Amino acid sequence: MTDTVTAPAGDLFSKFDDIIQTRETLLASGVEDPYNLVMEKVLSPTRAICNGRDTILLGTYNYMGMTFDPDVLEAGKQALADYGSGTTGSRVLNGTFQGHKECEDALREFYGMDHAMVFSTGYQANLGIISTIAGKGDYVILDIDSHASIYDGCAMGNAEIVPFRHNNVEALEKRLRRIPEGAGKLVILEGVYSMMGDVAPLKEMVAVSKKYGAMVLVDEAHSMGFIGENGRGVAEEQGVMDDCDFIIGTFSKSVGTVGGFCVSNHPKFDIMRLVCRPYVFTASLPPSVVATSATSIRKLMHGSNKRAHLWENSKTLHKGLRDLGFDIGTPEAQSAIIAVIMPDLQQGAMMWEALLKEGLYVNLARPPATPAGMTLLRCSLCAEHSAEEVQTILQMFERAGKAVGIIS
Amino acid sequence: MTEAEVDTRIRALIEPFNKKGVEISAATTFANDLEFDSLTVMDFVAEIEDEFDIIISMNQQAEIENYGLLVSAVHKLQDS
Repeated sequence: MTDTVTAPAGDLFSKFDDIIQTRETLLASGVEDPYNLVMEKVLSPTRAICNGRDTILLGTYNYMGMTFDPDVLEAGKQALADYGSGTTGSRVLNGTFQGHKECEDALREFYGMDHAMVFSTGYQANLGIISTIAGKGDYVILDIDSHASIYDGCAMGNAEIVPFRHNNVEALEKRLRRIPEGAGKLVILEGVYSMMGDVAPLKEMVAVSKKYGAMVLVDEAHSMGFIGENGRGVAEEQGVMDDCDFIIGTFSKSVGTVGGFCVSNHPKFDIMRLVCRPYVFTASLPPSVVATSATSIRKLMHGSNKRAHLWENSKTLHKGLRDLGFDIGTPEAQSAIIAVIMPDLQQGAMMWEALLKEGLYVNLARPPATPAGMTLLRCSLCAEHSAEEVQTILQMFERAGKAVGIIS
Repeated sequence: MTEAEVDTRIRALIEPFNKKGVEISAATTFANDLEFDSLTVMDFVAEIEDEFDIIISMNQQAEIENYGLLVSAVHKLQDS
């Protein structure tokens, strides 16, 4: 707690004083609040008007650029006209429309799996699946850098939670070996970790998990549509799809809408529709959203040209930034996320603002969301960024980096 | 292994993590006295787990606020 705040005793907000202080110090130094940015008009998947300026978007997770796809938009308009603006209900009551079924069919086809279940967000998919399948006496073994939705799913359940060092196969195996005989085990991994944009060694990790009889859940939120021959993610790329018991994903990245899902080949998977609370006790996605999602997922299956161009963009940006002298989160481009490591929060915020003034939007990421207390400028590329735009982005980074003094 | 032996071994393990040279007693807290952040906690717990070949889940860690509680928890775990 800071000594400058004089809150009355019992003020439940006192616990946030440190965060309030950090924010006020940062804003007092004159930088704009990175979390108050408003996109006044969105022009395309890669451009928007921000603070009155035409801005290149490099922090949207819109990897495959589907948000303005004409077929996707048309499907949404038709569903709005045919089914109305919302379902007003849970999936298990009045909230399952034809579009939800079609969206789940598209997912089953996309992943080549028997079952698919759509949630209202990706966050809820992790929350629901993890807290429901791992119960009292079971063990969840997860990478320490797991997404907040995975940790929250663990916190909502009653299993024992055992973290292991990020992407460390040996650390995972040690923990699996020590779990009491007969206990249920769920290993949770991510294909691409969103902070650094690095890829997990799923081939080795899934093999070790299976050796110890664990079920495996892989969150492919940041790889769907882009990584793997058919865009199924890192598990497909590394040839371990068949050993993954559950794949979790989101519609708010490559699919370009909002929603979450879980696909599985488990023969009893459908019982989740009755026992999973974040599925049962919340309203289902609006008809327009499931219609746009289903159309987008079906188009992603045939997106190999877009995938190739996105890889080109990612490699060009990674090499360009490294050549300029920036410190990057991964030694080479491993995904569509390029994390530029900032010396500290202050300089990170200054750099973020300098880039925005150049006409470039990226994500400022800071602790506790980031590993090891780092401040990152996180860039996420889009298949709709042109090769010229990537060059423009590099020039913007060069000018901003020199102005702030991060590169020479 | 007796609780005193567990104590001796954990004292040796905590040394590299005790950057400010805080004197360790049963009441020494990890968050306030030793100022461990979440990454340090994970590294330190991993050292203990390897040394005693045990698992200290995050659920258990939440209950272990000070050094004394840690020694007794590890003593109990390595006997079970």
